[in-house]
Amino acid sequence: MSQANADIVIRAEKISMIYPGTIALNEVDYRVYRGKVNVIIGENGAGKSTLMKILAGVQQPSKGTIYLNDEAVSFQHTRDAAAKGIGMVHQELNLFGNLTVAENIFLGREKQRGLLPLDTAEQHRVTAELMARLDQDIAPSELLSNLKVGQQQLIEIAKALADEADVLILDEPTSALSKTEVELLFKVIRDLTAQGVSIIYISHRLEELMAIGDYITILRDGHFQSEAQVKDIDVPWIVREMLGSDPVSTFLKPGREFGEPVLNVKNIKLINEMGHTLVDDVSMNVKSGEIVGVYGLMGAGRTELMECLLGLQEYSGEVEIAGHKVPAKMDTSERIKLGICLVPEDRKKNGIFPISSVSNNMTISSLWRRLKHRFSIDEKAEAEAVTSAIGDLSIKVSSPDIEIRALSGGNQQKVVIGRTLLTSPKVLLLDEPTRGIDIGAKSDVFNMMVTLSEQGIGVLFSTSDLKEIMAVSDRILVMSGGKLTANILRSEATESALVSASAQGL
Amino acid sequence: MKISQNMASQPSSVFSGESLLLLALKMRTFIALFLILAFFTFMVPGFLAASSVIIMVKHIAINAFLALGITFVIITAGIDLSIGAILGFCGMVAGWLITKGIVLPMFGIAIFPSVWLIVPIVLVIGGLIGAVNGILITRYNVAPFICTLGTMYVVRGASMLLSGGETFTGLSGNEQLGNTGFELIGSAKLLGLPYAIWMMFILAGVIAYIAKRTQFGRHVFAIGDNEHSAELSGVKVRSVKVWVYTISGFCAAIAGIVVSSQLVASHPATGVSFEMNAIAAVVLGGTSLAGGRGTIMGTLIGAFVIGILADGLVMMGVSEFWQMVIKGVVIILAVIIDQKQSRLQHKAAIVQQK
Repeated sequence: MSQANADIVIRAEKISMIYPGTIALNEVDYRVYRGKVNVIIGENGAGKSTLMKILAGVQQPSKGTIYLNDEAVSFQHTRDAAAKGIGMVHQELNLFGNLTVAENIFLGREKQRGLLPLDTAEQHRVTAELMARLDQDIAPSELLSNLKVGQQQLIEIAKALADEADVLILDEPTSALSKTEVELLFKVIRDLTAQGVSIIYISHRLEELMAIGDYITILRDGHFQSEAQVKDIDVPWIVREMLGSDPVSTFLKPGREFGEPVLNVKNIKLINEMGHTLVDDVSMNVKSGEIVGVYGLMGAGRTELMECLLGLQEYSGEVEIAGHKVPAKMDTSERIKLGICLVPEDRKKNGIFPISSVSNNMTISSLWRRLKHRFSIDEKAEAEAVTSAIGDLSIKVSSPDIEIRALSGGNQQKVVIGRTLLTSPKVLLLDEPTRGIDIGAKSDVFNMMVTLSEQGIGVLFSTSDLKEIMAVSDRILVMSGGKLTANILRSEATESALVSASAQGL
Repeated sequence: MKISQNMASQPSSVFSGESLLLLALKMRTFIALFLILAFFTFMVPGFLAASSVIIMVKHIAINAFLALGITFVIITAGIDLSIGAILGFCGMVAGWLITKGIVLPMFGIAIFPSVWLIVPIVLVIGGLIGAVNGILITRYNVAPFICTLGTMYVVRGASMLLSGGETFTGLSGNEQLGNTGFELIGSAKLLGLPYAIWMMFILAGVIAYIAKRTQFGRHVFAIGDNEHSAELSGVKVRSVKVWVYTISGFCAAIAGIVVSSQLVASHPATGVSFEMNAIAAVVLGGTSLAGGRGTIMGTLIGAFVIGILADGLVMMGVSEFWQMVIKGVVIILAVIIDQKQSRLQHKAAIVQQK
């Protein structure tokens, strides 16, 4: 073992991951330093999660070799990776509220022999040891649902440690945590590294990375971009490496003109049942013909703001749609008739009607516009509207009677957009409209947003992708912790200003 | 010759086998109806004689009223177990109004409303009980199964309480009180067919129209398919659901009136477990209990299949115990075929899309 390799625990060489049609990782070299916090960062789709899944044995690389302590390894399953000491804590917690802490930690590998009852005493002993190691005062018999989110996150870490993890992958561990909980997590991470555990840390919050990271690796478009020690670099450097220096392509023609505000929002405030403020005193407007982008990290309150505007949440504050004052109690269907419409973020959960036809999916919001004698649906007018929308949005579908779940993600998204257009909106809200669709469909969606704005519709869309927000917004709003932290014209916006605004108050 | 054959087989050649199977599966309730009819015609002499057919369809009509009413509920992925009890209760209310009238003790009199008033009153009561179901389910988040199980017991108990468990007899009314004619609903005929059969077809037509051609119908399907999306699309989910249960209660009231009129008596235990037959008819007709998928025509045919199966087996002299076994097997088979169809349909849609 050479001296240079002594402090490297994992070395991945020329890892490629090829999916039909796309290359997620292209000959990526990656190093994990022993006993350090190794930060990995990149835009959505840069390949971080794919790389992590390969390290954790969730997926197998198409090409390339992984060396663990200078020994070539290949993982067929997460169990293989766990046996070699690599544990992963996923972004979504995989825990069960109705089980105790100890039961959660030992789920699927309970201490039990044959038909004998569970060895609860042994499970509790090991759990207590783990809790001591994490410096937590949590009883092994405590019900998981009684713990705070931050503590639950630590239970996930304990689960990985119970497997005697030597390398711990944390995927966006702080996205659901409060500030104090984040500090607690950081303390645990420092303790673990002091014990010799190597941490791989994925996050979008750059400030956080600067605080906790030792080494940073940047991926871009499936390629290895750069690696550095955190003490040598700063935030603008990261943004530059992450986005590249090539000019952001823009979808907007110069000299765009806007009309009167079609959406006016004053002092919107949303407090959930737990007493958390999700949208904090937001005031803004969208003019006719203007595209306004809302940038922010997960949990910044973008989705909640849009839900307030559509009347899906009980908020306080004033909303004005196309000059009409909207009472806070007005329900969604009335608001849609006033001319506001939402393309939701989670298409599967909130967007499509999977087993209904493309046609029914498209017209469900606008049935009231095509009635005969104000009662029965005018099927001829309906068919015409659907055909023209399919043409306008270039949706690839063999027949409007086909079930929507047979379509690709991009085409499903276009159908959902078509649904909102058939209501003739004056304001169109799009919540992460490009999530989970391919690049071709993405630019279709952007072009469509521009076309609509040229027809005088005010567009408000949200994204957590810096390139996207720079490509299609006339004006950029940044949200952080439910507050509006920036409201700038795109021409005056810089990436690093947006990034620091998105981390304000965290 | 050869060329034309090629031309004809070209477009469908690859999947002709599957698409034929899919067509057969789609038409399965129809095919089942046809097979059952053929079987009994062969096995039971005089099975298709006009008189026996009319009696059979009269039996079917009762189940069809309930099944048509509950179809919307099932399409929204709900269930209504209280319809049998509502049927019984509504019959009891009708019987009570005819035999005892509305008693006003402070004046020492009883008002006997005419049949023209009794029928709407009973229909409204049925609808209101359904609306209560709907409100409990939407406002207080009670699972439909539990909620309607509860109202089933409450309503059944209430109909027992109405008469102390006794039967109201002599529902043909009293000429001097001017409330005669109730029994005509069950016995009178129009163009040779009993009223009940006409009513069944009219109700099926109205409900099919609502399903296909009104906003309400589309909203019902949308809620069953994806309630979250429906809410975001501007569907008033709560109010649609309340109406769906109201329709279910209303249809049960129609069935209650027809049954008590046919018997010229109302017994508080009428309609026990009728809801199960209705649900079976709906499921047989291709409506998914998971919601979002179903047709009114299917429900009607499903009711026919169940009814003909029941009466046919009786005419063949099959024991009542075997009848139950056979009915159960048919229902389970229907659901297995339904699963198969939806998988095949999905596959076919993807192929067609490519």
